[in-house]
Amino acid sequence: MEQTWRQAKAAFAAIAIPPLAWLLLFFIVPMTVIWAYSFGENTGPTTIDFTGTFANYMRAVEPLYLEIFGKSLVVAGLTTVLCLIVGFPVALAIAFASPRMKSWLLLLIMLPFWTNLLIRTYALIAVLREQGYVNFTLEWLWNNASGLMTFVGLQPLGEYEPLTLLYNNSAVIIGLVYVHLPFMVLPLYSALDRMDRSLMEASLDLGAGHMRTILLVVVPLAAPGIASGVLITFIPALGAYLTPDLLGGTDSQMIANVIERQFKRANDWPFGAALSFLLMYLTFAAIAMQALVQRRSERRR
Amino acid sequence: MAKGKYRRGASRRSLLQQFGAAAIGVSFAGGLAACGQGAGGRRVNFYNWDTYIGPTTLADFEAATGVPVQMSLFATNDELFARLRAGNPGFDVIVPSNEFVTRMSQAQMIQELDHAQIPNMSNLLPEFQDAAFDPGRRYSMPYTWLVLGIAYRKAAMRNGEVPNSWRYLFDSPQYSQRIALLSESADLIRLCAKYKGISLNNIPDATLTEIEQMLIRQKPHIKAFHEDDGQDLLASGEVDVVLEYNGDIAQLMSSEGGDAFDFVVPQEGTLINSDCLCIPTGAPHVAEAHAFINYLLDAEAGQKITEEIQYPTPNAAVAARMGPEYQNNPVIFPPAELMAKSEYGAFEGDERARLYEEIFTRINAA
Repeated sequence: MEQTWRQAKAAFAAIAIPPLAWLLLFFIVPMTVIWAYSFGENTGPTTIDFTGTFANYMRAVEPLYLEIFGKSLVVAGLTTVLCLIVGFPVALAIAFASPRMKSWLLLLIMLPFWTNLLIRTYALIAVLREQGYVNFTLEWLWNNASGLMTFVGLQPLGEYEPLTLLYNNSAVIIGLVYVHLPFMVLPLYSALDRMDRSLMEASLDLGAGHMRTILLVVVPLAAPGIASGVLITFIPALGAYLTPDLLGGTDSQMIANVIERQFKRANDWPFGAALSFLLMYLTFAAIAMQALVQRRSERRR
Repeated sequence: MAKGKYRRGASRRSLLQQFGAAAIGVSFAGGLAACGQGAGGRRVNFYNWDTYIGPTTLADFEAATGVPVQMSLFATNDELFARLRAGNPGFDVIVPSNEFVTRMSQAQMIQELDHAQIPNMSNLLPEFQDAAFDPGRRYSMPYTWLVLGIAYRKAAMRNGEVPNSWRYLFDSPQYSQRIALLSESADLIRLCAKYKGISLNNIPDATLTEIEQMLIRQKPHIKAFHEDDGQDLLASGEVDVVLEYNGDIAQLMSSEGGDAFDFVVPQEGTLINSDCLCIPTGAPHVAEAHAFINYLLDAEAGQKITEEIQYPTPNAAVAARMGPEYQNNPVIFPPAELMAKSEYGAFEGDERARLYEEIFTRINAA
C-alpha cells in the first residue's frame, strides 16, 4: 500500500531537506542575486547600486535585442525539429531492438556525454573544415570519378573545390543538432519503450499500414515523451553560446553570446542580468506549454 | 590576446579561453580553488596567460630565493577582470594589458608598486620607463608588448602583393570570404579609425557611425569573427588574410611550414598593447611579489622567457642578449616608421566599452 508523506513526516523531512537546502543555497540564492542585478545600475567598474530601475529591461526589449531573441528562437526551434525528425526513428529502433542490442544502442547514444562539449565541438571543426574529413572524402570520390571518366574517354571533372561547411548558420544548426540529439532520443525512447505493444498489434491487425500505425497510434501515445524531448532540447539550444561562437560566421550570433559579452567585455552585469532573465521568462513559458500538453494528453486517456 | 607557442598544439589558447567562458559561473563564486594556498608561508601566487613564461623560470626563482611560485592561467583580460571583480581571491602578481592597468587602477583593484624593491626597472628601455596608461609606472612594470597586424598566406596574394593596408580587411571585396577578423569590439573599431586616418582614441561619434556602416558593408566578405585563433584559421586553409597579434604569427612562422605565411603592419599604423606585471589589492605576499617582479625583469631570467615566448621585450638588457634572428625579425619588431604611426589604446571608461560592444552586436545582427 502506498504511503503519503503525512504518515511519515520525519522520514520525509530527512530525505527532502538536504536537496531543498542545496537548491536554496546554490540555485535560488544566486538566481535572486542576478535577478536583483537586473534592476540595478552601474556606478563604477566594480560597483552596482540596486535602484529598482527598469532601464535594463527597457534596453533589452529594443528592436536590436528582440531580433536577436527572435533569431535564437528560430535557430533553437529548427534544431528541435531536426532532432525530432532524426531522433524519432532512432528511438523507435532502440525500443524495438532485442534487450542485448538495446543496452549497446543506449550506450552509443550516451557515449558523447562522456566527452566535454568543447572537445566535441572542436572535433566537429576538424571534420567540417575545408581541409577536414568531409572534404577529404568528397575530394577522394571526386578524383576517382574524374579518373574513371578519363578512363572511359570523357573529359575529367577538373580541380576539386572544397565545400565551405563551417562559419555559417548551417554549421551552427549541424553543431546544435549533433550536441542535442541525445536529449531528444532518451525521453522518446523511454516513452516508446513503455508503450503498450498490443495497441500497435491491434492497429496492424485491423488493417492499418505501418506508416498509419506510427502516425495515428504511436505518435499520440508518445506525445508526453515528445513534449518533454522537445522541451529539454529546445531550452539548452536556446541558450547555446559555444556552438555559435565556434562554428558560426559573422551573422550567427545568438542571445547567449550577447549575454556573455555583457558579463565580460562590456562589464555591464545589470544589462546582462536583464537579458538573462528575459531568456528565463521564455523558458518558463515553454515549460508551462509542455505542462499543458501533458495535461491534455492525460485527460484524453 | 592569446599567448602561446603555436608548435605546441594548435588550439590550446582557444580551448582555454572557451573553458574559461564555460566556467564563468564558477568565477562568480570567486574561490581560489586552483591555487590551494593558505595565507601563511612565503610564496607567490602568479596569475598569468597560458605559455607566457620560460620553461624553468619558476623553478629558477625558487632556487634563487627559496620562495615557491604557484601559477594559474587566464585567457582574456575580461576573465582576469571578472575573477578579481568581487575581491582578490589570493593572487600576488597578475599580468593585465595596458588598458586594463588603467581600468583596474581606477577601480583600486591593483596597488602601487614600491620601485625601491624593483631595482631591475633600470633594465627597461627608456620609452618603457614611463607610460601614458600608467603615469610614472606607479602600478605596473612592462612584461611584453605586441601589435595587431595582417597575417596572410603568401601564395594567395595576387601578383605577390602585400596586404599592407587595413583596406584589405575592412573595406574591400578583394579577399571576399577569405577574411577573418578578431572578435574584440574595441580593437576592431579602433583599427577602423586608424584606417580612416584618425587617432584610435577619442573617436568622434560621427566616425563611429561611419565605421559601423563600413563593417556592415564589409560583412558579406568576412568569413568569421575569430576568438583569437586566427593563426589556426590561416594555417588550416580556412582564410587567407587574418587580423592577429604579431607574437602569434611569429610563432606560426617559426613552426614547420611557417614560411608560407607572413605578417605586415599596415601603412596606416596600428594598435600597440603592452602586458604588464601588477600586484592586485589585497595580495597576501606583497614583498615576495615585488621580488618576483624584479626577478622577471632580470636580464638572464628575461632572456629565457623571451627565447621561449618570442614576444617583443621592453627590456634593453634582455634584448641585448638575444640573437640577431630575434632582434632583426620584422614580425616581432615592425619597422620604426610604422611604430611611429601606431598608438596605445587608452582606457576611455566603461561607458565607451559598452558603446563599442553594442556597435559590435549591431554589426553581428545586421
